[in-house]
Amino acid sequence: MLSKGLKRKREEEEEKEPLAVDAWWLDPGHASVAQAPPAVASSSLFDLSVLKLHHSLQQSEPDLRHLVLVVNTLRRIQASMAPAAALPPVPSPPAAPSVADNLLASSDAALSASMASLLEDLSHIEGLSQAPQPLADEGPPGRGIGGAAPSLGALDLLGPATGCLLDDGLEGLFEDIDTSMYDNELWASEGLKPGPEDGPGKEEAPELDEAELDYLMDVLVGTQALERPPGPGR
Amino acid sequence: MRALTATPSCLAVSLPADIISTVEFNHTGELLATGDKGGRVVIFQREPESKNAPHSQGEYDVYSTFQSHEPEFDYLKSLEIEEKINKIKWLPQQNAAHSLLSTNDKTIKLWKITERDKRPEGYNLKDEEGKLKDLSTVTSLQVPVLKPMDLMVEVSPRRIFANGHTYHINSISVNSDCETYMSADDLRINLWHLAITDRSFNIVDIKPANMEDLTEVITASEFHPHHCNLFVYSSSKGSLRLCDMRAAALCDKHSKLFEEPEDPSNRSFFSEIISSVSDVKFSHSGRYMLTRDYLTVKVWDLNMEARPIETYQVHDYLRSKLCSLYENDCIFDKFECAWNGSDSVIMTGAYNNFFRMFDRNTKRDVTLEASRESSKPRAVLKPRRVCVGGKRRRDDISVDSLDFTKKILHTAWHPAENIIAIAATNNLYIFQDKVNSDMH
Repeated sequence: MLSKGLKRKREEEEEKEPLAVDAWWLDPGHASVAQAPPAVASSSLFDLSVLKLHHSLQQSEPDLRHLVLVVNTLRRIQASMAPAAALPPVPSPPAAPSVADNLLASSDAALSASMASLLEDLSHIEGLSQAPQPLADEGPPGRGIGGAAPSLGALDLLGPATGCLLDDGLEGLFEDIDTSMYDNELWASEGLKPGPEDGPGKEEAPELDEAELDYLMDVLVGTQALERPPGPGR
Repeated sequence: MRALTATPSCLAVSLPADIISTVEFNHTGELLATGDKGGRVVIFQREPESKNAPHSQGEYDVYSTFQSHEPEFDYLKSLEIEEKINKIKWLPQQNAAHSLLSTNDKTIKLWKITERDKRPEGYNLKDEEGKLKDLSTVTSLQVPVLKPMDLMVEVSPRRIFANGHTYHINSISVNSDCETYMSADDLRINLWHLAITDRSFNIVDIKPANMEDLTEVITASEFHPHHCNLFVYSSSKGSLRLCDMRAAALCDKHSKLFEEPEDPSNRSFFSEIISSVSDVKFSHSGRYMLTRDYLTVKVWDLNMEARPIETYQVHDYLRSKLCSLYENDCIFDKFECAWNGSDSVIMTGAYNNFFRMFDRNTKRDVTLEASRESSKPRAVLKPRRVCVGGKRRRDDISVDSLDFTKKILHTAWHPAENIIAIAATNNLYIFQDKVNSDMH
């Protein structure tokens, strides 16, 4: 059930399941953290979290605690994957920060950035009442996560009148997603996504995430065709 | 620490199907109630110690079994409501009858448990089967007398508190005033009067105006054992809020907020999930609170909000496996915790059917296992050890061999004696102290 071994060297990663990346990226002292990519681990964690969110929302009456925890974790992961270069400099904490600290410190701004574009799309789709947020690079670093009114259009639908949101099988949801982007590119050691400090490769990552989140949001707010289940869901 | 033995009634219950979902001793410890996933409640009673066998402690035998909740269908929302019993709480006994509250996700019920061991015989107008007699055969008057009969335990639902909750109920707690109780769901806490079912007062509401802004839910709540105006509730973000009902009708503003700052050296994507408090219990003294989060149990002093006064690691070896535990959803498991009668020892469950006890005074801890093999009646439980690499002793279990499907989520401690009840999936184990117990 659990993968064996705690810390893995990077070159061994490709042999193991992508989802079994454990602790190496948690350890600030680990050499590979400085160069990379929590983005790499985060991508699989991100996928996993999106899957969990989807699964949770598929329940006829989602476990709110589970849902909220997954969403909050997803925000953290997504924030760490967004590039920091385009954003205003975030004051780092006085003590020498670990890489993880930097990522989390910039998370608010990064989150606002990606949420801003998501909200714009959402408001086109559903005529939601949130005003589109200002452009990404204007987002003040201090804005709290709560204020961004993020991609939780899902939770809005969890009021008393909620029925099933997503009744297609999991496979149905992801059928249209082009998974070729996930296959080799991210895992080839020379092609590893650069950290927040690097320039060139960064544009791909947020588009990837936003495209996927866009798709998920589309489904959640009902622009995709849904079918009622035959019987009560559980 | 004293050794624990499996009692003669150790493996008290082995239900074929249903997973035990809650365990609770009553205030004297004479009765032990369990609720299960199928909506049933089973009550055990401790037999008085026999004079003939003074060394055998009172055993727990089945006293009553009843169906508390049935699956329901909410037609409005097209949802099935599970019959699983989430919590049972006993009312303090006020007369010959016993009363308890049991709740599923949506509805709380008050049950009255009475004994009948006599029945009247010799009615004038009715015969033994209850049929009316032919009046011409009645020639004299007699006074019915009470004759002993086999003990019958009767259970009847006295109150049904329905329609109070939109979200799933996670806790109920009886007030020390013995007149009111509260029920908490993910977003709201309601105060009820035990005699009134058609209305309740909402005392906490953390539902945001816009559900998209939801970032935190209520995970557990409990009334203070002595101060009828105080209660605490815990959140998915790891905070505790102590509220005073005298301050305002809606207790959204806490009197005290207990929160430990995040340890930067341990920060990860999963920090919030593992800080989520799964259970909160006041000490018997009322001076402390015990909380359980994914990896630790913490003791808080009501007078100190900044941090817990004690932290005990339940299974720190899981800290490096959080990603896998997130993947298989184990990281969301909700473990309960318990105080012993003197508030000197705390207990909580873990994986692999292990449970842990921490002595607050000696700072010693022990890991024990609830399993059929180790629990033959009167067998002394052997301490277990999980090894994380390095030297491995003979009976150690390695971290990678732990069975994460065997989780001990529900445990209870007798209010006065060293007797504990452990629910391991669909088995109930009762262990007690080897030596004739005084509280230490």
